[in-house]
Amino acid sequence: MSHAHPFLRRLILPAGLLALAWALPASGLLNPYVVLVCMYVGINMILTLSLNLVNGYMGEFSVGHAGFMAVGAYAASVLTVWVVPASLAPWLFPAVLLAGGAAAALSGLVVAFPSFRTRGDYLAIVTLAFNMIVKSALENLEVLGGPRGFLGMPRLTTLPWVAAFVLLTLVLCRNLVYSNVGRGVVAIREDEVAAALTSVDTRRVKLYAFLVSAFLAGVAGGLYAHVLQFINPRSFSILKSTDMLVMVYLGGVGSLLGSLLGATLFTVLLEVLRPLGLWRWVVGPLLLVLLMIFRPQGLMGFRDPRWLREADDLPPEGFQAAQRG
Amino acid sequence: MAVLEIQDLTHYFGGLCALSGFSLELSPGELAGLIGPNGAGKTTVFNLITGVYRPTGGSIRFLGEEITAWPSHQITAAGIARTFQNIRLFREMSVLDNVRLGAFARHDYSLWEALCRRGRFRAEERRWREEALALLKRLNLTRYAHTPARNLPYGEQRRLEIARALISRPRLLLLDEPAAGMNDAEAEALMALIREIQADFNLTILLIEHQMRVVMGLCRRITVLDFGVTIAAGSPEEIRRHPRVLEAYLGREEPLVAEGGGSRP
Repeated sequence: MSHAHPFLRRLILPAGLLALAWALPASGLLNPYVVLVCMYVGINMILTLSLNLVNGYMGEFSVGHAGFMAVGAYAASVLTVWVVPASLAPWLFPAVLLAGGAAAALSGLVVAFPSFRTRGDYLAIVTLAFNMIVKSALENLEVLGGPRGFLGMPRLTTLPWVAAFVLLTLVLCRNLVYSNVGRGVVAIREDEVAAALTSVDTRRVKLYAFLVSAFLAGVAGGLYAHVLQFINPRSFSILKSTDMLVMVYLGGVGSLLGSLLGATLFTVLLEVLRPLGLWRWVVGPLLLVLLMIFRPQGLMGFRDPRWLREADDLPPEGFQAAQRG
Repeated sequence: MAVLEIQDLTHYFGGLCALSGFSLELSPGELAGLIGPNGAGKTTVFNLITGVYRPTGGSIRFLGEEITAWPSHQITAAGIARTFQNIRLFREMSVLDNVRLGAFARHDYSLWEALCRRGRFRAEERRWREEALALLKRLNLTRYAHTPARNLPYGEQRRLEIARALISRPRLLLLDEPAAGMNDAEAEALMALIREIQADFNLTILLIEHQMRVVMGLCRRITVLDFGVTIAAGSPEEIRRHPRVLEAYLGREEPLVAEGGGSRP
């Protein structure tokens, strides 16, 4: 094992996960409900990682990520229902998802450009407006079913596909965060003026962050649409955006592992609370309030385990950060 | 050719004139000082040079190129680095990352290469990591490399700001009150450091400082601002004896009995 090529060694864990994601549902050991919940967990992981880039790493406050998700979901659905021949759909599914992500990334420009000039509360309002615009546009587009929604997608989302895209998202986010661009993203959070004065092209960095974030939310939207096989504008309301916020702030702002944790905990919690009926919708916002009061940085705030970080930048084993005083 | 040529620079905040008709020329290798009482417009000059504010009037040329309307990051990338009066580090980031950010614009790889860890990514990352570590060693900060910047003692934070400014190999370094809050011994060490890096990095330096000992000890040419107006410029000796400088710092000596019984200003 230890002699294996490092690249191969790094593939072992993802390959194992994928195999598991394929084998577990196929074996019949898991009932379909559990498989479904697992898929939701995966989709929410992608959404949480996507939102964490903007809210956690860049320190902006997007409350409209469901808008990006909607663009991705509708774009992917239109492709599988109208464009891609049914026989090819299962094979072209990843391409469809990527196309949905690309559409969402394009819509990300709508938020990225205002972010050049405004930030904080004001940018939050821009994202909120974006979410509402997308939702009401979809409600008024009769071609896409208007408020009744869009249906007819084959059930193409499977656990292995979800697992594959979660891994892809995790790798992309990790590679972004631990790069020059990622350091620029965090510098914007820490002090935007100082960032510009240390040669960070803040506009370009914001553009990249919004593009990648919107792209990932769009991919998640495509996966979501092909689980439910039916989407309507209401599925992408502010409530959906709020769910994503809860997952980010539960798991931890500025943390990759935290995003995965937050998505898992929140999704499973909502399922466990299903018997509560309507009351479970109180849980999300309430959780957000409690988190903001007692642990605003979330479970894993601003931390990640060594194996997720860039190996060359790690402090020596057992390094204790010097504390002041 | 002059490193920096400022001509007739003027800036208004609303109706308030923060700087008026400011001119300055720095030749290569010069270490010049900018002093004046609080609120005289010294930091405004730095903010105008580095593109934080767009001047109301006048022009700034750097190495012969007009940079007056450029965005900050471009000015910094072109070779003007600065430190801040109130330390502005990226507090949650490691010391190493802080320094590497100074070379943000010099990292030569695309977003795509970063996302896929391909192409120039590894080589460029290694290059700037090593450059940053060498600089940390030079400024005696190596043991803090992986510490969040906020955990550094005050003097080290000041040095880290200098490291972050130096990694991009600037031609012009703007130091905004580098000795603020330092005692005599620390200020002495800082002066030695400034002289050293100026020689090693072939820098032209413009310095704002309140501690007269530091300015007088380092700079051979000093410009004095008061209420946005240049009231004196010259060698330390000239400045020390200049009547308007003494007036700005110490106030005017009023005759005990006002002449002709007129009102006091």
